[in-house]
Amino acid sequence: MKDVKCECGHVNPHGTVLCEACGKVLDEQEKDKNLLDMRYEGSARRSITYNKTIIDKIWNFFSSVKVGVWLIIVTLIASAIGTILPQEMYIPPVMPAEQYYQDQYGWFGKLYYQLGFHNLFSSWWYLVLIASIGVSLVICSLDRVIPLYKALKAQRVTRHEGFLKRQRVFGITKNAQTAATLPLLKQKLEAKRYHVREENGDLLAEKNRFSRWGPYINHIGLIIFLIGAMLRFIPGMYVDKVLWVREGETKVVPETNGKYYITNNKFILQIYDKNKDDQVFGEAIERAGNIPKNYQSNVTLYKAEGNTVAGEKPKLKKLKDFGIRVNEPLTFEGFSLYQVDYKLNELNKMSFALTDKATGKSFGDLTVNLNNPDTKYNLGKGYSVELLSYFPDFEFGKDGEPTTKSRIPNNPAFVFKMRTPDKPKGETSFVAIKQTIEPFGNNKYKLKFRGIATNNVSGLTVRKDNTLWAIILGGIIFMIGVIQGMYWNHRRIWIQNKSGEVWVAAHTNKNWYGIKREIEAVLADTGLQMPYDQLQRQQNEIEKEEA
Amino acid sequence: MVSLSSNLLLIAFILYLCATLFFGGAINSKKGQVEKTNINKWGGIAVILTVAGFISQLGFFILRWIASGHAPVSNMFEFTTFFGMALVGAFLIIFAIYRTALLGLFTMPVAVLVIAYASMFPRDITPLIPALKSYWLYIHVTTAAIGEGILAVSFAAGLIYLVKMIDQNRASKRTFWLEVVMFGLITTLGFVFVSSAFSLADYHEKFNWVDKNNNPAEVEYTMPALTGPHKGELLTKGAFEPILEVPALINAKKLNTVIWSFGGGVVLYGLLRLILRKRVAASLKPFVKNINTDLVDEISYRSVLIGFPVFTLGALIFAMIWAQVAWTRFWGWDPKEVWALITWLFYAAFLHLRLSKGWHGEKSAWLAVIGFVIIMFNLVAVNLVIAGLHSYAGS
Repeated sequence: MKDVKCECGHVNPHGTVLCEACGKVLDEQEKDKNLLDMRYEGSARRSITYNKTIIDKIWNFFSSVKVGVWLIIVTLIASAIGTILPQEMYIPPVMPAEQYYQDQYGWFGKLYYQLGFHNLFSSWWYLVLIASIGVSLVICSLDRVIPLYKALKAQRVTRHEGFLKRQRVFGITKNAQTAATLPLLKQKLEAKRYHVREENGDLLAEKNRFSRWGPYINHIGLIIFLIGAMLRFIPGMYVDKVLWVREGETKVVPETNGKYYITNNKFILQIYDKNKDDQVFGEAIERAGNIPKNYQSNVTLYKAEGNTVAGEKPKLKKLKDFGIRVNEPLTFEGFSLYQVDYKLNELNKMSFALTDKATGKSFGDLTVNLNNPDTKYNLGKGYSVELLSYFPDFEFGKDGEPTTKSRIPNNPAFVFKMRTPDKPKGETSFVAIKQTIEPFGNNKYKLKFRGIATNNVSGLTVRKDNTLWAIILGGIIFMIGVIQGMYWNHRRIWIQNKSGEVWVAAHTNKNWYGIKREIEAVLADTGLQMPYDQLQRQQNEIEKEEA
Repeated sequence: MVSLSSNLLLIAFILYLCATLFFGGAINSKKGQVEKTNINKWGGIAVILTVAGFISQLGFFILRWIASGHAPVSNMFEFTTFFGMALVGAFLIIFAIYRTALLGLFTMPVAVLVIAYASMFPRDITPLIPALKSYWLYIHVTTAAIGEGILAVSFAAGLIYLVKMIDQNRASKRTFWLEVVMFGLITTLGFVFVSSAFSLADYHEKFNWVDKNNNPAEVEYTMPALTGPHKGELLTKGAFEPILEVPALINAKKLNTVIWSFGGGVVLYGLLRLILRKRVAASLKPFVKNINTDLVDEISYRSVLIGFPVFTLGALIFAMIWAQVAWTRFWGWDPKEVWALITWLFYAAFLHLRLSKGWHGEKSAWLAVIGFVIIMFNLVAVNLVIAGLHSYAGS
């Protein structure tokens, strides 16, 4: 592949359409056109020039804007499908997803589940789509930005006639010389913040070239963002744990290697009150009923001191008290604790009285902590109760034996052994809510239910996200890129002497209306004629023919 | 203060309506093709009315903010009115650049429709639920709405382009779809008329019904029930008996509203066709006779260029920052988030098609229209039908 030498002396890489320096049309096909395709300055793009090896083909595939747009459209449609029914992560955990979709949405739900749309956004093909967009971004950008940069850098002031007259904005003023008006033109252009270059009495005024780099910069931002999103899959970068803490309970914060502990001092739920809160809310409160005002967990954060040995209670140093609310997470050393859920009035303690069934006489009370029960309760005077088995969430299993569904005390049941002076071997009693079973015949004593105590439970999310810096950086770079590319326009105006005439041509990457107004202001009082918008002229002619 | 604030909104609404008429007048009295636009007397009045309306609505916004203690963008009524205001503001900015009165004739009716639509929702000042208690509410929601407002101007400009360029002498796919767009706008008006009528008549009927989990529930309709709820039992005496009972999965009340609005739209559209004796778009054609299509095309494109970064910032970046603070993660595939992404992807495709594939003119105008449809879908359908985490905005 040979480089192409233009008649102006500049050596262009193979595949160049317009000479980088003078703009002469090098590609035969382009010569027939009335207007030039100025998009990438007619530079030699790899994807246009080479198409032989497999690498060429892959490169060309991903560097095509058409392919890029298709990838965007397919992603867009897939995403829309993903919103028709709630995603798996948002369905209530009442039954397996497989049943849930059919149960709630019938045959459509079943189909939706079978096609995998219930988990669309983490499906392999969706990730492949996003990854392809990422690859397309990189290749598209490289394919264009390098030759574009070279071409813009190599451009000379004096341009080839064929280049000028094929610009969209172009005009000729006969019997004129720039020499006389040159200083005035220069001054006016500079006043409009153009960077003006002069060669052989020809002018090139250019401004905001940096706007051309906007698209590539925003693509870099997007790539950094996507890389940030991928970093999450590296172990240790991302923590997403749920932590339920009861009031009064101290728990280790998961994923902190036993370094941090929190105590839930109190969970607070506040509801708007028509009478106490601002009057303006009255009607809304009446219409909606209960509107929550605040979810808050008052916690104390501790740090474990010294070496922590498994199984041993560490020494805790208090770091701070904090009220975790929605929108106000507790943050420490890269971790954040969020208020996300709660459970009110969970059973906490249950008390009983050891009672003689016949006389009703009581021999002392015992209170069982349902979350951490003691096994022995000494009531004095030779009376004691032993907890043989405990089922926090009791049910009868398939074999008829009592089991527990979970470790949460929703329906506690106990097997007690009651020892009394007259029954030193003890009597066994199975106690559950509203029922007592005496497995070994009639007992003399029973445990009479006395009362319960409840407390609230805070549901917190433990989050660590070490990928945020990349996400933020990507976002900032993207914004800089789009603003740079969209709020400024790269404008060039050529004012050149060609065989005793003055040729004015102009190019902008967008906002033609703006550049035309600017040219008008610059050319006023210079004796030069306002150039035409050749594209609009064509259109007007077409319209006239139609009419 | 609340009632003063509401009055200011009403004044703004009336001023916008008048401005629309004057923009119409400004077009009719123009002659010849205009490259450099000079605003005539009618146009001048129209602009003054628009600015006055905008200031009045700004007053509404500020007073309501003071009264409620939070930026009034926290429910459907507040957000949608703000979107209307953003649309007017965006129009004024674009107008300042291009000075073409015709843009007002197409933008202001859309703004009027948006505000009228907003007023059909409960106008109570609602207290903020915990998730909304953050200054990000103001930053995220307002920026997103402004972005969408600017993008909506591109729709108005695209519509002008289509009305002008589509040949109405013979029926084609293009005339059909343009009429569909017109019908969509008219149906919004139909919804406004029907809801206002039943609201004026103070129509109510109550049902007992059984929801999809087989729990008994009660529902109150504010329009005669064409579609009744699952196993519905009419409690209000003498009220309209439903014609059709729908399964528990479908929200019968919302479906009923949709059917009524659609019916209202059909009647209005039918009447218009009877009076005009031609397509709605065809009868708008005289207004756009003298417009420079190239200019309109550029306005449409420019609005996307200005609006896209604002939309990205408000609807994605600020949204992600807030989501990280309130919902523990910056992105969670909530339907509203996904639809913001879809909108963003769509406009990204729009820009690439235009820049690299040369989709100017009519293709670009159609894309601007589709973009607006997606924005409206995200505003209306996602809030009211799909719901999700943003569902508090649905009442």
